[in-house]
Amino acid sequence: MSKINSVGELAELRAAILDQRDAGRPCITTCLGTGCHAYDSQEVYNAFAGEIHSRDLADKVDLRGSGCHGFCEQGPIVVLSPGEICYCHVQPEDAAEIITETVLKNEVIERLLYRDPVTGRRFEREGEIPFYKHQDRLILGQNRLLDPKNIEDYLALGGYKALAGALAEMTPEDVLEEVKKANLRGRGGGGFPAGIKWETARRAPEKEKYVIVNADEGDPGAYMDRSLLEGNPHLILEGLLIGAYAIGAAEGYLYARQEYPLAVENFTLAVQQAEEYGLLGSDILGTGFAFSVKIKRGAGAFVSGESSALMAAIEGLVGEPRPKHINTAISGLWGKPSNLNNVETWANVPLIIERGAAWFKRIGNERNSGTKIFSLVGKINNTGLVEVPMGTPLRKIIEDIGGGIPGGKKFKAVQTGGPSGGCIPEQYLDTPVDFDCLEELGAMMGSGGMIVMDEDNCIVDVAKYFMHFLKDESCGKCSSCREGTTRMYEILDAITRGEGREGDLELLEELAWVMKNASLCALGSTAANPVLSTLRYFREEYAAHIQEKRCPAKVCPALIRYSIDPEICDGCGRCRRSCPEKAITGELNTPLVIDGALCSRCGICREVCHLEAIVVE
Amino acid sequence: MGKQAIERIVEKYGSDHADVLEMLIDIQEKEHYLSRETLQYLSERLAVPLTRLYHMATFYEALSLKRRGRHQIHVCMGTACHVRGAARILEQLERCLSIKSGEVTPDLQFGLATVNCVGTCALGPVVSVDGEYHGHMSASKVERMLKRYSETEANGVAVCQK
Ligand SMILES: Cc1cc2nc3c(=O)[nH]c(=O)nc-3n(C[C@H](O)[C@H](O)[C@H](O)COP(=O)(O)O)c2cc1C
Ligand code: FES
Repeated sequence: MSKINSVGELAELRAAILDQRDAGRPCITTCLGTGCHAYDSQEVYNAFAGEIHSRDLADKVDLRGSGCHGFCEQGPIVVLSPGEICYCHVQPEDAAEIITETVLKNEVIERLLYRDPVTGRRFEREGEIPFYKHQDRLILGQNRLLDPKNIEDYLALGGYKALAGALAEMTPEDVLEEVKKANLRGRGGGGFPAGIKWETARRAPEKEKYVIVNADEGDPGAYMDRSLLEGNPHLILEGLLIGAYAIGAAEGYLYARQEYPLAVENFTLAVQQAEEYGLLGSDILGTGFAFSVKIKRGAGAFVSGESSALMAAIEGLVGEPRPKHINTAISGLWGKPSNLNNVETWANVPLIIERGAAWFKRIGNERNSGTKIFSLVGKINNTGLVEVPMGTPLRKIIEDIGGGIPGGKKFKAVQTGGPSGGCIPEQYLDTPVDFDCLEELGAMMGSGGMIVMDEDNCIVDVAKYFMHFLKDESCGKCSSCREGTTRMYEILDAITRGEGREGDLELLEELAWVMKNASLCALGSTAANPVLSTLRYFREEYAAHIQEKRCPAKVCPALIRYSIDPEICDGCGRCRRSCPEKAITGELNTPLVIDGALCSRCGICREVCHLEAIVVE
Repeated sequence: MGKQAIERIVEKYGSDHADVLEMLIDIQEKEHYLSRETLQYLSERLAVPLTRLYHMATFYEALSLKRRGRHQIHVCMGTACHVRGAARILEQLERCLSIKSGEVTPDLQFGLATVNCVGTCALGPVVSVDGEYHGHMSASKVERMLKRYSETEANGVAVCQK
């Protein structure tokens, strides 16, 4: 490939690529995102490739391996166009039949269609499936349409058009104004207006400046950044390039988690391809604009996702935060003005530049424009990635898109905002999801984790879980965070062991106040949120643990007891065989019994029992 | 790790001390731990204080000063996996292997560690072994999963025979 030397040549190349392609030709898209990959979707892809080869169909059928479509629960997912027929749980053995029936004869294979777990109804087209139907997939929707390893796919979809437009027709100030007008707020958690941060970096006196992608995705239970980076790396790169132009930066960095090898691989490849095509380098599209990108891996430290810590990590220091008397936009990486944005924030930039701020502002509500991607997980029927306009009510996300709670269980709470966020109970489900409304509820939008809990989840256990996480992840530099998280964890742990005391809840609140006011970075100052929000809405559940030594959700091991209902047990012996503590005794074919003194409440007997004879009290 | 092997990694990053974390990750991937000699060599080679290298090696979860197992098991302790019962899976693994999280079996066959979300939350609870994901895990599936990787299957792996 020879370099593209001008904006005109880019348009010509795009036209040439489109010319070679036949838009009407059937295409089989197999998701190769990490979720589907774990279900061996690569083998499904290989099976299609084998069939196409052996039947000599290469010039009649296209085959594409794409990034994550978001409906991970149903993987491996295969979508066939034209028609957008969506098949779920596809196995390699299905490949031949899919080609014969659906691709060549247009016949739909009933058994592979998505089946609604509640109504049993099957849906043919992707767009009809409730999970997709109620979404607005401006960003994530592109994943299905391209092979992330192939820059030509991205170009064919209009990729780098926004960059070309910005370089050819807009001054950096124009770009900045557009992003400011669009009111693009940071998707990494804080919701800070990107345009204002960009402007600060642009105006800072130092000439050398940096732009950085935060792909550390520390929120445990969230994976939208992973899917974007894996599925559409050029989109992030294009956003970064546009930002660099507006800010006046010649160098950029991507800081990604080492736990995301495929994301690092695909982004690295995207950078190489962009260099080859002249979309990165010293004279981009012949406009004189120069920009290069380096990739840095993190090694598993939540606090390193904080802006000053992340910059220290890029410099080769330990990724710990520093006091921010001076904003990193003014003095960041190597003391230079550095603009850091989250993956999803960057992904929005090309859309804003191409379609304009006015268009962007029409999506979402007054103070929150655009869409947001959520990772809808936990106790929910349709787990996966969900993209909706900001301001969409929680209920719509959980009930219409998520399809409610599995197994006829009752909804208890939804946790948003990760370790800095909070739990929202049933009565607030009609709240619009945006930066401001969630904060009023004591939760946070955060980066987009949305973890649904049902009646079987213990709220004190969840609060303890987050505190354990934060205690481990606190870097220990400031004592309010280091000691505060440890003390709070100890108190919560005692409560779940039935050793809670009068006054514990007040002590938790007091500690929370100190941490909020005295911590060095937001890890410490928001660490108490999961505890405070659960105390606000579920105080009785804490009280039951402390006063009655009872765990209403039957989760906390010290407060529950396993037994076998002799009326139901048929003495099949499954539980006796699998009990790791050898706590189950009795004659086969007669009801068995659990020795409470040996039982460690691991729950395996309950998992293997075929009659639901195990009782937990 | 031999000097030459370390040198190759150092040169891959142009001997730039700003890339020391990248080098440590590469070495960890190859050796499964960071030895004292390796850290000392790097410290001199890149003129980075040894204390900083130790700070990094203990700060980042993916790095380790102790040798890790030939099969490294990571139990996801992310929120999505937690609410679907990850804690009980970890307990069962600890029981089966008779080691705690962060330790290695005496024969160095299995290492056990936790990780905060591997980004496949929809499949939770997730356990990854040598980078292979096992979704929808439960405590009762642990034993079968271990057997798939065990090199000493013949004598029952001492798996789950407490
Ligand atoms: C402890 C801590 C961890 C963070 N982790 C992340 C992260 O993993 N990803 C992210 O984008 N932002 C993270 N942030 C927020 C960043 O500091 C920063 O605000 C953000 O990357 C800015 O980008 P945005 O304005 O586009 O959201 C974290 C903040 C704190 C205090
Ligand atoms: S919480 Fe386990 S994979 Fe995300």
